[in-house]
Amino acid sequence: MKFPIFLDNHSTTPMDPRVLETMSPYFCEKFGNAASRNHPFGWEAEEAVEAARQQIAKLIHADAKELVFTSGATESDNLAIKGVLEMYKEKGDHIITSATEHRAVLDTAKSLESKKGIKVTYLPVDKYGMVNPEDVRNAITDKTILISIMMANNEIGTINPIKEIGKISKEKGVLFHCDATQGVGKIPVNVQEMGIDLMAFSAHKIYGPKGVGALYVRKKAPRVRLAPIIDGGGHERGMRSGTLPVPLIVGFGKACELCEQEMPTESVKLAALRDRLQDGIMKHLDEAYLNGHPTQRLPHNLNISFAYVEGESLLMGVKEIALSSGSACTSATLEPSYVLRALGVGSDLAHSSIRFGLGRFNTVEEVDYTAKRIIEIVTKLREMSPLYEMAKEGIDLKSVQWSGH
Amino acid sequence: MAYSEKVVDHFNNPRNMGSFKKDEDGVGTGIVGAPECGDVMKLQIKVQNDTIVDAKFKTFGCGSAIASSSLATEWLKGKTVEQAQQIKNTDIVQELNLPPVKIHCSVLAEDAIKAALNDYKKKAEETK
Repeated sequence: MKFPIFLDNHSTTPMDPRVLETMSPYFCEKFGNAASRNHPFGWEAEEAVEAARQQIAKLIHADAKELVFTSGATESDNLAIKGVLEMYKEKGDHIITSATEHRAVLDTAKSLESKKGIKVTYLPVDKYGMVNPEDVRNAITDKTILISIMMANNEIGTINPIKEIGKISKEKGVLFHCDATQGVGKIPVNVQEMGIDLMAFSAHKIYGPKGVGALYVRKKAPRVRLAPIIDGGGHERGMRSGTLPVPLIVGFGKACELCEQEMPTESVKLAALRDRLQDGIMKHLDEAYLNGHPTQRLPHNLNISFAYVEGESLLMGVKEIALSSGSACTSATLEPSYVLRALGVGSDLAHSSIRFGLGRFNTVEEVDYTAKRIIEIVTKLREMSPLYEMAKEGIDLKSVQWSGH
Repeated sequence: MAYSEKVVDHFNNPRNMGSFKKDEDGVGTGIVGAPECGDVMKLQIKVQNDTIVDAKFKTFGCGSAIASSSLATEWLKGKTVEQAQQIKNTDIVQELNLPPVKIHCSVLAEDAIKAALNDYKKKAEETK
């Protein structure tokens, strides 16, 4: 076993060596600018970009012409939301999103709220982190121009009922943007069947390179138009100017092709590893609570709160394993996970949450080692925890007058 | 975030982790913080003839909070009640090399020391 073990595959993934191999000629030899129309260097680059576009489109059942390359999912989310609001501002000024969206969506919405006076509805989620499609329907007004709901949550892995939301968006004639960064490449995605009009995703979450992503922009029924947020040479049908990063796009294409080919077996393998990890931990520890949906979740996601143990100290105790926590101490904002809070998880348990993100290269051996180490450290830290001691003495922690600070 | 060596050492080898019986003679207990804030410290001192002869802690919190309370117990032992009052959070920050974002851990440790001392004094008054 190699240390440290990487179990943080929701944050990023290692690049698949097959992807790197495909990319490598596009740095020094085939270095052309895909926008150069008058010489073979440009043609070669353009050809490579178009081939990648096909590979990516195939994975999501889109037309290659419906893809706009960006620097990543954050830019794609920004472009989708800001681009639609600018383009359709005469039609309305209201967007609907949910409380557990990624910050790329939430902060974009908030910025539009404060700077442009846009009205935003933040839909609540149920205790599993799922959006109710009927809530979406009920939130639509004659001023609503965009629904932005994520496909699968990056912390808890809960998969939203995208198809139902897509259907409502079509019935009501409101555009539907979906941040599918955690879903694409991991679960089947079909923009036609799902009724998605705009969709953000990126390469580095699916064993491709960092620095490239895409926005799917529907071309017909309806044809979606966007105001660009980056002006320049008019690349990507004017929606996103800037020279295309050809090697990254080639890698993105290859990564999508591999996901498409391997998803049927890979998702089964990852779900089995995930279940093994979950059982391995939860059978041996009391008061360990699963966060997220028990079945409607990403095959590689596991999020557990270990009562009476603070998340950052837990991570510190298993330094040889790369994990992430919803604890405030691990966030820049000093607030515990807003995603878990939106599910109704108490602040105490939000501080105690650990996210395990499995990936293509994880092994049974690593999973078993992780389960063993988590049990050890949780047990050790509970011995050290005054809360555990109080709970064992039968004190109801909720009834205690805490001093706070 | 990278931790200082001293924080890591206290975290891996906590000093004086455990509990005294709260009603034991000469024991002062301080519990500060809140689970919702992500840290709770319990600090206990055992006093004989005005000197702290033993100290114990239990902490729910990040590595720096655990290290701060572990260090506090080390410092408390052998001090008189009066000397213990003088321990400042800034001393803990300096000793453990805590970054700004972790200063609240040291504040909490100072609060825990004060709370334990007050509890001891209150109990001593009552038994007089």
